[in-house]
Amino acid sequence: MTYNRKMLSRRDFLHTGAAVAGLAAVPAHAQLRIEITGAGARQFPIAVAAFDGEGLLPRSISDVVRADLERCGLFRIVETGPQPVGETAKIDFGNWKYRGADAFVAGSVTRMADGRLTVRFRLFDTTKAADLGGLELTILTEQFRYAAHRIADWVYEKLLGEPGVFSTRIAYVVKNGRQYQLQIADADGQNASAALVSDDPIISPAWSPDGTRLAYVSFQTKKPVIYIHTLATRQRTVLSNFKGSNSAPAWAPDGSRLAVVLTKDGISQIYELRADGSGLRRLTQSSGIDTEPHYSPDGQFLYFTSDRGGSPQVYRIPAGGGDATRVTFEGSYNVSPHVSPDGKTLAYLTRSEGRFRIALMDLASQQVQIITDSDKDESPSFAPNGRLILYATEVGGRGVLSAVSADGRVKQRLSGFSGDVREPAWGPLPK
Amino acid sequence: MRKLLLPSLLAAALAACSTAPTETTAPVADTKPTKPAEVTKPAEPVKVDPLAALKDPNNILSHRSVYFDFDKYDIRVIYQPMIEAHAKFLVSNPQLKVLIQGNADERGSREYNLALGQKRAEAVKKAMGLLGAKDAQMEAVSLGEEKPKATGHDEASWEQNRRADVLYSGEY
Repeated sequence: MTYNRKMLSRRDFLHTGAAVAGLAAVPAHAQLRIEITGAGARQFPIAVAAFDGEGLLPRSISDVVRADLERCGLFRIVETGPQPVGETAKIDFGNWKYRGADAFVAGSVTRMADGRLTVRFRLFDTTKAADLGGLELTILTEQFRYAAHRIADWVYEKLLGEPGVFSTRIAYVVKNGRQYQLQIADADGQNASAALVSDDPIISPAWSPDGTRLAYVSFQTKKPVIYIHTLATRQRTVLSNFKGSNSAPAWAPDGSRLAVVLTKDGISQIYELRADGSGLRRLTQSSGIDTEPHYSPDGQFLYFTSDRGGSPQVYRIPAGGGDATRVTFEGSYNVSPHVSPDGKTLAYLTRSEGRFRIALMDLASQQVQIITDSDKDESPSFAPNGRLILYATEVGGRGVLSAVSADGRVKQRLSGFSGDVREPAWGPLPK
Repeated sequence: MRKLLLPSLLAAALAACSTAPTETTAPVADTKPTKPAEVTKPAEPVKVDPLAALKDPNNILSHRSVYFDFDKYDIRVIYQPMIEAHAKFLVSNPQLKVLIQGNADERGSREYNLALGQKRAEAVKKAMGLLGAKDAQMEAVSLGEEKPKATGHDEASWEQNRRADVLYSGEY
């Protein structure tokens, strides 16, 4: 409980108007909170009415809120029809309850004298006929998507008790003809912009834990070199340009250093260096391929792919180096490990029957579940709340991005891209 | 296959042109062994360029590619004569350098494929090293699955792309 209140207050200072009276009045949302147990989790039924005045916006803000909630797989959207309902309107709780919605969102958009817009909403518990609070956001017209994502995050956190990820960002690479772009977009794939355009391949973007920088691999100098790109200034520096190839950057959770893969001593092995490129240290010593390092969220372990046992499998070592422990056993191709934010689940790419799909392993029980059903999936990465896994797949010979809920039940293709899309990486929660 | 014009002929040729070879500027864009190189046609018998052997379709040295099985980097026996020829060529021409580029097909992880391409290139480098080529003459790099020679999404394309190419200075 204290966790939730802290999270909310951390966000509240951002709001220009403080229409959060309902929040203090209803500190306990246990009555609406559901237990999420992974596979077979119940979906929370919610109705989001059209916002009063949302015609002032280029697109319906309530549509974006609904799409966010639906996509995460934890909500079931109850139809409301086109009739707008403002947050101050009298809510017919009985009717919404009868129609199957346990929660109801009403809101409005109004234009201020200076041309900016005020977006207000409130969340209601239909079973208790209770006002659970809301927000007031002042935005420029073009920020309406951001406002919608913030609303969806607020509703998500209020009802489920953990942070939403709708206002986070994703990075990925688009190949268009001979051109490569490192793009950054909202978590729903909208609002894309290019951080880097190049005639040579770009792979393996990795977000710094604070979300301000991206490490990636570029072949611009005709060989793989690791760069760090600061998003705000668009400035980039070389992190690692040793003899041979430099690739697979992975940030330590504290952002102070990165694990990288170098071939300067022969075949691919894992090294670490500080974020300024200094202090190089070798972490693995094997006669096989060691690549794709990924830190556990507590910084204790480094998971990676190695073929030291004859086929590529996931292993882990203590983050400072040491003896490797094999993690995956089923099948002959298990690569690209990513650990969930709570440290309990490992997502990776597995090949069976000639198909490449995303698998999840419960690290405690070592139980494995394949959660996608396509043939050419790649590059799984967790949403920062662990509920979704973003990955690349192929449709009609073209790379696209998809997200699957961690229980495998809901899949969503991210639309709005042109070109061949690959190498997605989900950014952290906004600080 | 095994008939090579090495090494006495080359030694003579090298002695004949005492300065560094000058006709190396024409880059070989396509390393397909089947395609005849156009450079051979105006060949003047007076000046023999050692590098001409690399472009002569009848010479094993014009063969530059080693192909691999899926997720494998061991060199099949059929490529041994070609690797021996290049190794001997490097021994006879210590001023020459090669870049060995490893590649992988598009399936699976890009980073793993980058590492796999590197291991394929290293395998070729090591084999040539055992046959006397000097470490300083060879560099092994990987393009992973990023620069496919065949762009289809089927086995016919994939087998073309599981490959290591031996490229001489001026060819990359």
